[in-house]
Amino acid sequence: MSASATPVLAVRGATKRFGAVLALENVDLHVNAGEVLALLGDNGAGKSTLIKCLSGVHRLDAGTIEIDGEPIHMSSPAVARAAGIETVYQDLALFDNLDTTGNFFAGREEAGPSWLPLPMRWMKRGDMAKESAKIVGRLKINIPAKASYVGMMSGGQRQAIAVARAAAFASRVVILDEPTAALGLRESRQVLDLILRLREEGCAVIVISHAMDHVMEIADRAMVMRRGCVVGEEVPRPENRSRLVSLIVGGED
Amino acid sequence: MESAQTEATAAHEAAPSTAKLRSMSAILGALRIGPALILILLVALMSYLSPVFFTTQNLGNVLVQSAAIAILAIGQLLVILTRGIDLSVGSTVALSAVVGATVYAETDSGAATILAMILAGAFIGVLNGVGYVYGRIPHPFIVTLATLSIARGLALGISGGQPISGMPDIVTAIGGGSATWIAAWLPNAAFLVAGVAMVIGLMLTRVVWGRWIYAVGGSPEGARRLGIPRNWVLVSVYVLSGILAGVASIIVSGRLNAGSPTFGTLAELDCIAAVVIGGASFLGGRGHVGHAIVGALMIGVIRNGMNLLNIEAYLQLIVIGLVIYLAVQTDVIRGNLESRFRVLKAAAE
Repeated sequence: MSASATPVLAVRGATKRFGAVLALENVDLHVNAGEVLALLGDNGAGKSTLIKCLSGVHRLDAGTIEIDGEPIHMSSPAVARAAGIETVYQDLALFDNLDTTGNFFAGREEAGPSWLPLPMRWMKRGDMAKESAKIVGRLKINIPAKASYVGMMSGGQRQAIAVARAAAFASRVVILDEPTAALGLRESRQVLDLILRLREEGCAVIVISHAMDHVMEIADRAMVMRRGCVVGEEVPRPENRSRLVSLIVGGED
Repeated sequence: MESAQTEATAAHEAAPSTAKLRSMSAILGALRIGPALILILLVALMSYLSPVFFTTQNLGNVLVQSAAIAILAIGQLLVILTRGIDLSVGSTVALSAVVGATVYAETDSGAATILAMILAGAFIGVLNGVGYVYGRIPHPFIVTLATLSIARGLALGISGGQPISGMPDIVTAIGGGSATWIAAWLPNAAFLVAGVAMVIGLMLTRVVWGRWIYAVGGSPEGARRLGIPRNWVLVSVYVLSGILAGVASIIVSGRLNAGSPTFGTLAELDCIAAVVIGGASFLGGRGHVGHAIVGALMIGVIRNGMNLLNIEAYLQLIVIGLVIYLAVQTDVIRGNLESRFRVLKAAAE
């Protein structure tokens, strides 16, 4: 959690409009390597819009995004991925009909020879399987034998695979949209442990969550948004939990 | 319902029996090899009922009769894997045949004829793929229904509604010849099917393009987000389905030494049935070339066997209809079993 001089990802004055609706208004955000930042707020507060801007799905109307202090024009999801930012959305974007390895490497299959056009290349299935076993081992995720289809796995395992895929290919930031919303107790535990492991490895993590217990446990900082603005920031501790909640619901500030 | 109850109790149990999980995965495994098993049983049954069925001569007939459907089914499989459907392939067989016969009459060249037949198929495939993807038509059913009509119309127009007789030797050899150097009953068309199956099978399982097809079928939105060129993949499967319709047309017109605008009538339904009966999922994302081949052979065996047994044509239609229904029902049951399996597993974690 040692705050390096420049944050891995910094946003300044982010503003985004959808027609007459001001979805983001002058939002500042920064996250450091090895830090978990929780993004809190009621529905419609602008959390999802913000992370979509960070992952290149939407473009900011005003404001800047910096990676390691360098401004970047986040024009598409590909630009975000190339900058080392991976996002796990709520629907996970998993392929139920592929196995773990297939899911990890979807869209970035290791294949050759390089003189052939990409779709015609022969997949290096052994290399990919080895690499995916390494990822599974490194992140200590608990999933069944490599041959089984992701469609046959439990909700927690599926979430773990989606998070592991993002973590494996994100060199800088992993963004998670409500990673435990659809999970039971035990399954949530798996995913929380995984997030903590990402932090240990020096990854910057941004988590959207409504589960205050989880935020209290894993987040180093919590940022609260309301109606497109940042309304407060706290270090989540039991004693300021009620203050965070009142920031979210918009009680007395 | 009983299934809902077992699911609920399973979720409540602290440690659901691993025996139950094991038996469920056994059933799922059996469903996976089911179609091949049924094909073997069908062959055994027909051999028992008719003394003629299991003769080399007749088995050769079954292979010839199944060959065109098998080629079409392989193309249809590619499309169905991406959650699509191609209704135009039957008409494309006819268009390809009359184009081929016309080109042969004009040029007297076997190579030009075959090239023209393949290109005619590819042409309809391009219309399908581009029309669906870039025309933003909500479902390929509509686009390929349109080209079903257009291709048949073109075939009738080009041929003046009459069969054009005469096909080059190479085409008649592929469609009607047999591999006398191995066994006189072994049709050449069977080798063509085996070759196509092998190439497409390897492409699907070993090449990046094949992996993308499964990804697009598994999650079209996920594929797009992970940078897989979804539109390109979709166009490619329709083009390939069209090309394979051209290849199937070579078999059909070779066997009859003619190009007729009535070729391939209802063949689209046969090949869709073959894919589904063979065990690929109609919902996309699941299935391989083996399924298409097994399905085509099953239809061939049922038709041939029932002919030998002098069972009337209307009954054959009913039987094939029932088999299609059962196959899709099995697919649904497989899906339900898998989600129950998932619930049990989650509880067992």
